[in-house]
Amino acid sequence: MARSIVEISGHIIDSLILPKILDLIINLGAEFRILDIHIGHRRADRSSARIQIDAPTQELLEKILLKVKEHGALPVETEDVTAQFEPAPADGIFPDHFYATTNLPTLIRLHEQWIEVEHPEMDCAIRMILASGRAETVPMHRARKGDLIVVGHAGVKVVPMERRVPREPFEFMSSSVSTEQPKGLLIREIADSMRRTRGERGRILVVAGPGLVHTGASRHLIELIENDFVQVLFAGNGLAVHDIESALYGTSLGVYLDKNIRASEGHEHHLRAINTIRKAGGIRQAVERGLVQRGIFYSCVKKGVDFVLAGSIRDDGPLPDVITDTLKAQDVMREKARDVSFALMMATTLHAIATGNLLPATVKTVCVDINPTVVTKLSDRGTFQAIGLVTDVEPFLRELSQYLRQDDNTLGAV
Amino acid sequence: MRLLMCPPDHYSIEYEINPWMSKDRQTDRQHAHRQWSDLRQILETCLSSKIDLVEPIAGLPDMVFSANAGVVSGKKFITSNFRHDVRRGEAPYFVEWFLRQGFEIVRLPDEYFFEGEGDLLSRGDGCFAGYHIRSDILAHQRVAEIIESEVLSLELTDDWFYHLDTCFCPLGAGRALYYPPAFDRYARDVLQSHIAELIPVAAAEAQRFACNAIVAGNAIVMNDGCPEAREKLQGLGFTVYETPLDEFIKAGGSAKCMVLTID
Repeated sequence: MARSIVEISGHIIDSLILPKILDLIINLGAEFRILDIHIGHRRADRSSARIQIDAPTQELLEKILLKVKEHGALPVETEDVTAQFEPAPADGIFPDHFYATTNLPTLIRLHEQWIEVEHPEMDCAIRMILASGRAETVPMHRARKGDLIVVGHAGVKVVPMERRVPREPFEFMSSSVSTEQPKGLLIREIADSMRRTRGERGRILVVAGPGLVHTGASRHLIELIENDFVQVLFAGNGLAVHDIESALYGTSLGVYLDKNIRASEGHEHHLRAINTIRKAGGIRQAVERGLVQRGIFYSCVKKGVDFVLAGSIRDDGPLPDVITDTLKAQDVMREKARDVSFALMMATTLHAIATGNLLPATVKTVCVDINPTVVTKLSDRGTFQAIGLVTDVEPFLRELSQYLRQDDNTLGAV
Repeated sequence: MRLLMCPPDHYSIEYEINPWMSKDRQTDRQHAHRQWSDLRQILETCLSSKIDLVEPIAGLPDMVFSANAGVVSGKKFITSNFRHDVRRGEAPYFVEWFLRQGFEIVRLPDEYFFEGEGDLLSRGDGCFAGYHIRSDILAHQRVAEIIESEVLSLELTDDWFYHLDTCFCPLGAGRALYYPPAFDRYARDVLQSHIAELIPVAAAEAQRFACNAIVAGNAIVMNDGCPEAREKLQGLGFTVYETPLDEFIKAGGSAKCMVLTID
């Protein structure tokens, strides 16, 4: 894939020069993306646009560049343009025309060098730290008055994720939502990828919703935790509440998980569970005092898995561990997500999308949900690297843990 | 209306830079002079134009087509960057003339070709500009900045109609003559969306340079032999003055090519 950026200005809208150039690019077999467009307010004002051209070969790109030049589109010399920045006018406010980030690896040009932007994250700005010559993403609420924020697109380069040839096993999966594909092979691939991540001492993040407990899939996640396949767990109040409810009462939402029958006064179980943990001061304290002796969070505490519980407006209690300030929760999740190289999201819309927003595109991301729109939503919001699996979480986790167990046994035998 | 013309003293076919030109089909200098003088007379007497003259120079046969020398905007003269070497020598003589008249000379970057009024025609509240054969679209952007007006670029696609003024003639009041096949489809769409009444000219009359006409109010001067266009124009209330300009068609020019609008 060959890429170039061209710029065109003049009365390009009314003269149909812009659509002509775009048609030309497509007709010659390439693709375009309008990076920015400025439209003049008055008739005599000129308009301008920057267009990114992606052609399958360098040869075709050259041909297209020559052709579009005849219509006034000139290549932008990105190589020697220095990034522009302006100070943030106040805390939590970016300067006008701030560069809005993608989740792709990004470079900025400064002092005739390309500097890699640290912690790629979508929908942020880029903050320059001149003293150390570093650049990092910064979310809006973290901007401080006077921070040097990159403005415009000049001197900013985004590195696209290329599909590697020959493909790596994980790349067998396309990022489409698979509802009707045989899932066994996909789950096998996910297991392989998780095993590789663990082998490389990479960190695996699991994001899960309470459906995991309701469907009786907890034991499979516990097995993953026990076998070091989970280093970080993101969830809301719900997952923890129902996990602890099931640890204390054997029910989830008042239903006995092993018998699938409703317990008398079962609807109160989760409230009593919350109260117990609040009284103990938190999940960790409850585990250490022997009040909670099994379950997902019991294993997390025992195995030293970092967990972050982010609150929402419908939470009961909540548990003392739940961070109810959403910006603070976002910041903690951002911090914990930094070194993650694999993310597995299951049975949660809110937390999956929230986490997807924080992850760089380089993190392998799998999203499992019975509802296909969750996966679609995740991709639509920019987490395009996510692999979607539409299935009930229990059979998925059962099969995944089976593969991981088998592999462990096979490896053990060797 | 004040127009700049150049007598055809040295006019002949010395080179071939468009499909009309053939060194084997030479001009008749006397004949050419008579046709040029007739045109000048119509402009002065019928259109009440004031004609200024630039001195013709030997070895620059196309100076007679003064429209291509540049564009006047107020007291600025934007000088042309001719695409063909053989015509580049004309520019300094026109520049000198405008300098003597007290105009500010504006030059475009050397790398952008621009052939003056040949490719830039005003439609009142903006301009249309032809590109791809003689002028570059990038020159249009600079010209738009200088004249502080909208310039809509139209791609010309037929080498026989190499300048905008050979295939398009604004008539004022939202009307214009044009020869559709000389434009690409985007340009045709642009013309259609900006001009209320577009009057197409048939191929035979386009080749007689029906579009290369000089318009002043309700009067219009054009080459003879364009009966259809004449009738249409008369139907619109124009007084049409036809005058034979065959000698100049040998070089690919006609009435409009021979005048540069000063004001």
